[in-house]
Amino acid sequence: MNARLLAGAALTALTIGTALAAGSASAQGVSGDMVKIGVLNDRSGLYTDLGGEGSAVAARMAAEEFGNKILGKPIQIITADHQNKPDIGSNIARQWIDQDGVDVIVDVPNSGVALAVQEVTRDKKKIFLMEGPATSRLTGDACSPTGFHWAYDTRALAVGTGRAMVKQGGSSWYFLTADYAFGHQLEADTAAEVKKAGGQVMGAVRHPLNTSDFSSFLLQAQSSGAKIVALANAGGDTITSIKQASEFGLTQSGQQKLAGLLLFISDVHALGLSVAQDLVLTTGFYWDMDDEKRAWSKKFFEKFGKMPTMVQAGSYSAVRHYLKAIEAAGTDDGPTVAAKMKAMPVNDMFAKNGKILANGRMVHDMYLARVKKPSESKGPWDYYQILATIPGDEAFATVEESGCKLAK
Amino acid sequence: MMGTIFGIPPQALFGQLLLGLINGSFYALLSLGLAVIFGMLNVINFAHGALYMMGAFVSWLLLTQLGIGYWWALLIAPIIVGLFGIALEKTLLSRLYKLDHLYGLLLTFGCALMIEGGFRHFYGVSGQPYPIPEALRGGQNLGFMFLPNYRGWVVVASLIVCISTWLAIEKTKLGAYLRAATENPVLVQAFGINVPVMVSLTYAFGVALAGLAGVLAAPIYQVSPLMGSNLIIVVFAVVVIGGMGSILGAVLTGYGLGLLEGLTKVFYPEASNIVVFVIMAVVLMIKPAGLFGRER
Amino acid sequence: MSVPSQGAATVAVQAGGATLGRIVGLVALGVLLVAPYALYPVFLMKVLCFALFACAFNLLIGFGGLLSFGHAAFFGSAAYVTAHTVKVWGLSPELGIVLGTVAAAGMGVLFGSIAIRRQGIYFSMITLALSQMVYFLALQLPFTHGEDGIQAVPRGVLFGVIDLNQPFAMYYFVLAVFLFGYAVIWRTVHSPFGQVLKAIRENEPRAISLGYRTDRYKLMAFTLSAALAGMAGGTKAIVFQLATLTDVQWQMSGEVVLMTLLGGMGTLSGPVVGAALVVALENYLAATNLPVPVVIGAIFVACVLLFRRGIAGEIQARFGGASR
Repeated sequence: MNARLLAGAALTALTIGTALAAGSASAQGVSGDMVKIGVLNDRSGLYTDLGGEGSAVAARMAAEEFGNKILGKPIQIITADHQNKPDIGSNIARQWIDQDGVDVIVDVPNSGVALAVQEVTRDKKKIFLMEGPATSRLTGDACSPTGFHWAYDTRALAVGTGRAMVKQGGSSWYFLTADYAFGHQLEADTAAEVKKAGGQVMGAVRHPLNTSDFSSFLLQAQSSGAKIVALANAGGDTITSIKQASEFGLTQSGQQKLAGLLLFISDVHALGLSVAQDLVLTTGFYWDMDDEKRAWSKKFFEKFGKMPTMVQAGSYSAVRHYLKAIEAAGTDDGPTVAAKMKAMPVNDMFAKNGKILANGRMVHDMYLARVKKPSESKGPWDYYQILATIPGDEAFATVEESGCKLAK
Repeated sequence: MMGTIFGIPPQALFGQLLLGLINGSFYALLSLGLAVIFGMLNVINFAHGALYMMGAFVSWLLLTQLGIGYWWALLIAPIIVGLFGIALEKTLLSRLYKLDHLYGLLLTFGCALMIEGGFRHFYGVSGQPYPIPEALRGGQNLGFMFLPNYRGWVVVASLIVCISTWLAIEKTKLGAYLRAATENPVLVQAFGINVPVMVSLTYAFGVALAGLAGVLAAPIYQVSPLMGSNLIIVVFAVVVIGGMGSILGAVLTGYGLGLLEGLTKVFYPEASNIVVFVIMAVVLMIKPAGLFGRER
Repeated sequence: MSVPSQGAATVAVQAGGATLGRIVGLVALGVLLVAPYALYPVFLMKVLCFALFACAFNLLIGFGGLLSFGHAAFFGSAAYVTAHTVKVWGLSPELGIVLGTVAAAGMGVLFGSIAIRRQGIYFSMITLALSQMVYFLALQLPFTHGEDGIQAVPRGVLFGVIDLNQPFAMYYFVLAVFLFGYAVIWRTVHSPFGQVLKAIRENEPRAISLGYRTDRYKLMAFTLSAALAGMAGGTKAIVFQLATLTDVQWQMSGEVVLMTLLGGMGTLSGPVVGAALVVALENYLAATNLPVPVVIGAIFVACVLLFRRGIAGEIQARFGGASR
């Protein structure tokens, strides 16, 4: 009994001791003698292909450029699966930061989960680099001084695809929307753009995340008579809805057209060009645009066997910028690094002269692309024809428009 | 266009009803299996959804690993699932018959966790695509909607299986033994019929039906480890509404509920998932043994 | 239904091992008081919330013989109510939890009065169906925010003085809630009401013939169980600062059955042991490469087949009075 009590007391003292030691180190230099990067994303579900292990591969490539060391301390990258559940995601983030000494959380596709993680990182003053999530709320009413939204957002997608489709004569719209933060925001942002461009919104139907049968939703879209059936969903849901739309002959009548508001190159790859051809999409990255992107993407392909999505390429860019900021600041303390990141322009293969706004939005050019026909494609992964470049300032909202209360 | 019914364009109404009938086909097949098992073993088979998923996965594995196509899978997958069911019944379930029925429910719940967890571990939760067989591609334009051939086939196949099962149990000698054994197993044993074997075979047949439903579902829904876990609750409700253990009740309620869900989708889509449970609560308040059940 | 009858044995144990039980209880309390210095407080708080949830569930099955397969409805709805009232209405955390508990109790009255009309499997099925209705409402109603859930719930300041953002303050508050709930259950089980409940579990027709209005007793037990499950759910919403669909899904109802059966139905300490074991397994297995549901499912199946008394129940049976 006594011995056990003694052991308990010793253990307690030890825990407090380590906690204190860890606490005192964070002011200067590198906390925990290591920069720990946590890549948190969907690793088994419908968003696996757009981020997943690929995002971790991209983060590792960024760390390798620094020799896996920063300020003389090692860089470690760990991963976890949030299963698209906000509660699981925020628990992992909390435990990572409290127990495992994680300094930065990367990726987190699924806007609902990202919003939950943002609460934790804001609270704990840790950096959060978001490539996977889409909702513009992350730099709007839910913004955080240490949160960075990197690759794209719902507003940029709306500006790109929404405007382009109305210009092509798509005057009446019906939305098929994933029923959570991302879908709602994408629908709202796109509807606003459509109306601004003189189009009309006929209605919307909401479907749960990870739906296997879209038939009744598609039927509702069909009977709405709208010219454009817009898919405000992503990943596996988009793939399934496009496939079933063709099964139910939605586009065969020629009166209706599908618009995938958020399509990744991984989705096009899964669908195949014969199904996906001529879809118009907005993207922040395409591997075959210039030499620098091609070179990096080839390296990525060698490691991973797939070409990078904009989320994966963005993970590389964000982690690289983060590490550069640590180098410049001489510490991995969250708020200090965040300030440094915002002060430096982003220049790498992903973005040219990208700038980070006070609300955490990384502003860079976006691209309007069309999926090639099978006959136009010269080989595997030759999928997009870039139609136009959307300047960053046009694609993304200004700080004032965003509604973020941080920035003054 | 051609007028409306209660303010709803007819093509939307008929379309949703037809889709409801397709969903109902799955409800009917699954609740039929559950009812057969409950009638004979007095076990609520919580693993039914997991075995349905297994049927779909087996056919997917047959296709991707061995190159065996849909039509053979239609035969092989239910047999594999049935054999798995026999193993389950012999090693685990049979030890619980002398105890309260709730233990059967709990045991199969544990089994469902294991089966789903296992598939999830190896294949992740995202759906695996299963192509529609060549012969059933394309569709028919019915005027009010475009019906893919495959979905039409599902309705036909399910009807055939349900009707023949019902006939076999109500009209054949084997069915008579089965019904007798349900009523009084001791007496039937005394007549020289091997009741334990009959119990095993019944369980195998019930879960094979679930496996068959899984194969039918594979090309429509994607093959995913979680495909059964939400369906099973609805199917429970179907069986309870129809009257537990009532074969006819299970089948009719299955189709009826599918249609009703379709109807709800036209008038108030948000409620389409709840309507099943509302009806179940109402039925149990008014007619506790279910629509077609007898009080025991 | 008849849960293996341990009623008589339990009572005997309580008489024989009263002093010893008290000592074990005090030691356990001591461990709970110092535990956050050795273990991750959030993990401990999760254990306590689920322990209370399982205890509440156990009140119904272990002492009333009613297997509810829909207890997540109370747990999850209370989490939503607490989260909403604290976040949107700006109530204090203790008031939020009280409102969550009240809401769960109200639902308990409603669900209970429908469900107790039937017995055995039918009872379980009705509770399951009703909780599915709650799940779909949680998916549809605007205030629950669908798949996102209610996020960023402030932990707030307890009674206007104690800042719950301090992990230790939060932990001791959760511990206090748990002990309160546990005490309520202990008191209920050992009251005349609890005795009648056990009598109903053992032999309902006999209890009726003795003049007890068994339906009323069952409804009261159901409501109390729902309220305590709600208290656990509300507290969890404050701890994790969110309320999501996970809490109302039927899998959650299954999980609480699992915890209770594993720990020992009809024992007071069993559900606590079961909850701690399941939460610990989920937490520590997640780091390994083992598939968590398979391991838990296997343990559960083994439990149904071999140790129907559960861990605490087996210990009690083997070592007689020495267990509590």
